[in-house]
Amino acid sequence: MFIVENDPIEMRKVYSTFMNEFIAKDDKIIGLEADLMSSMSMDSVHENHPNRVINCGIMEANIIGLAAGLSIAGKIPFFHTFTAFASRRCFDQLFMSIDYQKNNVKVIASDAGITAGHNGGTHMSFEDMGIVRGLAHATVLEVTDATMFRAILEQLVELKGFYWVRTMRKNAVKIYQSDEHFSIGKAKILREGKDITLIANGIMVAEAMVAADRLAAQGIDASVIDMFTLKPIDRGTIVKYAKLTGKIVTCENHNIHNGLGSAVAEVLVEEYPVPMRFIGVKDRYGQVGTLDFLKQEYQLTADDIINAVKSFF
Amino acid sequence: MSEIIAKIDELARQIRIATLKQLNHLGFGHYGGSMSVVETLAVLYGGVMKYNSHDPQWVERDYFVMSKGHAGPALYSTLALKGFFPKEDLMTLNQNGTKLPSHPDRLRTKGVDATTGSLGQGISIASGIALAHKLSNRDNRVFCVVGDGELNEGQCWEAFQFIAHHNLNNLVVFVDYNKKQLDGTLDEIIMPFNLNDKFKAFGFDAITVKGDDTKAIYNAVKTVRKHDERPLVVVLDSIKGQGVAYLENMQSNHHLRLTPEAKIELEKAITLLEGK
Repeated sequence: MFIVENDPIEMRKVYSTFMNEFIAKDDKIIGLEADLMSSMSMDSVHENHPNRVINCGIMEANIIGLAAGLSIAGKIPFFHTFTAFASRRCFDQLFMSIDYQKNNVKVIASDAGITAGHNGGTHMSFEDMGIVRGLAHATVLEVTDATMFRAILEQLVELKGFYWVRTMRKNAVKIYQSDEHFSIGKAKILREGKDITLIANGIMVAEAMVAADRLAAQGIDASVIDMFTLKPIDRGTIVKYAKLTGKIVTCENHNIHNGLGSAVAEVLVEEYPVPMRFIGVKDRYGQVGTLDFLKQEYQLTADDIINAVKSFF
Repeated sequence: MSEIIAKIDELARQIRIATLKQLNHLGFGHYGGSMSVVETLAVLYGGVMKYNSHDPQWVERDYFVMSKGHAGPALYSTLALKGFFPKEDLMTLNQNGTKLPSHPDRLRTKGVDATTGSLGQGISIASGIALAHKLSNRDNRVFCVVGDGELNEGQCWEAFQFIAHHNLNNLVVFVDYNKKQLDGTLDEIIMPFNLNDKFKAFGFDAITVKGDDTKAIYNAVKTVRKHDERPLVVVLDSIKGQGVAYLENMQSNHHLRLTPEAKIELEKAITLLEGK
């Protein structure tokens, strides 16, 4: 039985704690901020390491170029801003300054989808994962909880290239134990069931787990997969579970176009077509609201997943 | 001093010839904007920058970023003449599978420090390189050429704010003020007003020199800035198509596809330059 319980540590605290420790350990790491330092709890890191956390001001396009230059000269830049500004605002810079020339830059994109809450529709991005996965060299991740976020950040210090990490800022629902291992590009199987497979990422992993419990009570045995790496996507796992369960529902806090659902469908159409349903934002823009309200409004709840599953039976 | 300038002038002549030959061989390309930065490249690679053509990644080198990427052919001529790759390679410009694409690509061409071409981005990359050296207390300098048309891009001004605020005086910015962009003159499209005043207001030291005055360019940038000096912008009062009368007099010379007449004129220009 999955118990919905928030991690005590906020995702932004995971980031700032990691940066504080690793900046002290590795003189190549530089934190870049676009006047959202306090939003990401990076102000204390800046106080501890004033030369290593640079609040560049509100100039995302320039920051992407700066990060590229830092990489060319041997540094490891981590750049944080909100998903909207880190993607649609500076896409050509992500392309030319980073991805095209294979620079070593990590972009931490916070306030994923509806978790932008009271910043509302202007700040809410349902398209960023689709934008970034169009870049040929990019690795695109959405972290699920605090344990995974920390583990992934540690790996990124050693991994070279353009990594995009989408996250929420506040407390995520706890999914993993502290000793869990994460391998980028390899999905996490959270629950094995034979009737249907739920493939989720980000905040939708917890919704999928709740849905799976309720479905079990109704006699439907669901697998739940955390597809935290959107690109390169774990083709083997998708095909394996398509064969095992014959039906798939994808669940994402993003437009259903060009995000997780599309990526899974691309694999299945080519390798093992099975019927699918897509839980996600259906060509709408965001609005202000609490997380619970927005989940209802955009049909991103466990109930919505259950309804999609039941349409198969 | 005059000896160094004579050497630089000779390099400029060779860069101009090699660039014209390169573009003529292809039959089309960015003539205007390549010609207007020839003297600046000659000063940098002939008398100012530290580099090792046998070890392009030498950590103590100075870095060069051609933010106005369409001047790639002039940069390639310079790099070839300085031994980064064989001069014959220049004839592969823009051919299928080439190492010398229209706009500089750091992963394809030895000696190219940053991939550029989408305008406004090279200057940000140059600032990142300069920042990295400052943070590491290293003496490497960074030189960046931006086009005057490129200044239409808002990102340039983001970068200038950053450079001035962080006093990245290990970076020298050249503005190739040749007064034309692709579709016409700057005055018709986006008037730059007084560039010197603008840069001073942005927190730079700014000077204007003739774009072909190698001595003035050399004097402006040879000396390393003192710790407390502001970053430097050198506005190159240049001519699009500089150094080739036929191109200088042409109304639209950003990109040229050679007519038989143009080919004859440019071959004549090469002969004239070779005779000097």
